[in-house]
Amino acid sequence: MLPFLLAEANQPRDWLPVLVLLLLAVGLAAVQLLISWLLGKRGETNEFKDSPYECGIEPVGDAHTRFSVKFYLVAVLFILFDIEVVFLYPWAVHFGGGEPDGVIFQERPDLLGFLFFEMLVFLAVLFLGWYWVVKKKALDWERV
Amino acid sequence: MKLLWTVVEVSVVATVVLPTTAALLVWAERRVSAFMQDRLGPNRVGPAGLLQPIADLLKFMFKEDVVPGHVNKVMYVLAPALSLVPALVAFAVVPYARGMAIADLNVGILLVFAVSSMAVYGVTIGGWASNSKYSLLGGVRASAQMISYELALGLSVVPVLLVVGDLNMQAIVQWQADHVWLVVPLFPVWVIFLVSSYAETNRLPFDCPEAETELVAGYHTEYSSMKFALFFLAEYIHMITASALSVALFFGGWSLPGVTFPDGSMGTLLSGLVFAGKTGAFLFLFIWVRWTLPRFRYDQLMDLGWKRLLPASLVLILATAGGVALLGGTN
Repeated sequence: MLPFLLAEANQPRDWLPVLVLLLLAVGLAAVQLLISWLLGKRGETNEFKDSPYECGIEPVGDAHTRFSVKFYLVAVLFILFDIEVVFLYPWAVHFGGGEPDGVIFQERPDLLGFLFFEMLVFLAVLFLGWYWVVKKKALDWERV
Repeated sequence: MKLLWTVVEVSVVATVVLPTTAALLVWAERRVSAFMQDRLGPNRVGPAGLLQPIADLLKFMFKEDVVPGHVNKVMYVLAPALSLVPALVAFAVVPYARGMAIADLNVGILLVFAVSSMAVYGVTIGGWASNSKYSLLGGVRASAQMISYELALGLSVVPVLLVVGDLNMQAIVQWQADHVWLVVPLFPVWVIFLVSSYAETNRLPFDCPEAETELVAGYHTEYSSMKFALFFLAEYIHMITASALSVALFFGGWSLPGVTFPDGSMGTLLSGLVFAGKTGAFLFLFIWVRWTLPRFRYDQLMDLGWKRLLPASLVLILATAGGVALLGGTN
């Protein structure tokens, strides 16, 4: 890790409000569920109330049926591309040059061009991958 | 003492401001949609129907808490909570006034993405645990849609970082206050951000996960009373966060061009009002779009995300980087 990142890094106490917010959010959700459980009307159940809603027709078969394999494909592709997106973030922050980087770029403007072409190669590979996925029709939702 | 203040600030925002805004948003949505359709909308409870959300809340609390026999009980109860918690936590870094945010983190915008992508679990688990065909289809559709548009959403923030060079939300707003609102140089990027955030929040024209004409109510078909309300609340809080992010990243956050806020708490209050006003305008846009555009078909939705917005945002990243390099840096 670069030294200036260490210097600017958040202390654990900066995360305290996030922790408090998380606990409050969990508490809020729990309280709301509890309130409706405590105050809610209790009615008797019968077999129709217990059956899945299917517009008045008796449900046929199990609800956990098979669904299109395309959904899995989308999930796998998402992981691939999302990791590439994550790689773009540190590059973008450095390229934008907050305080320490900005000083370097003023002295060495050629570095910006270097960073740009480096990322051009990365994005070209990413773009090729995307093009291959499209050509393989991995993203086409045909009718069955 | 500092800890106490933190707890007070966070609880006010999380348990008062956000739920109240969400409740008002529900009222606004019903009123605005009524006006757009030449109806009146709810106008009986309180002045102009403003107390309608409270009446709704009471009704949600006193309705029977049905847990149908065919569901997976643990997951079924857990899903609404799993849906609400990320919605609230994602708001943590939103810079809602000058120098104000629940948490001022240097990773800023990353936290929003990390947390808000957890929202997909609540929806998916809710759909699966309901053990009903409509719910399952709704849940599966929702998860695929949300992860697909997360790519375009994540990529559309990169140009902002390229220009500002900081992940901290206050720094992004401050840069815009010093220079120019980022929507001016990055207008196409903002369009991608806006479209993706509509898809992320499952709002029309991208509400395929709960398309009532096909799936009854999608993943929350089997939910009732407060559990349904939690899903609803989560969706509206996501809308608020998405609007606030749009304002903070592209529309100058709490700043106004040519206006310098006075020092002290008065300036903070004024900047907060400016931020709230801008966010309100974006929330109105959400409602306006809902009653203007028809729903996309699911394959069109996925095509738009993967085949249009994804490559477009890659190209825009390169264009922005090229522009920044030509200018020799923007700081």
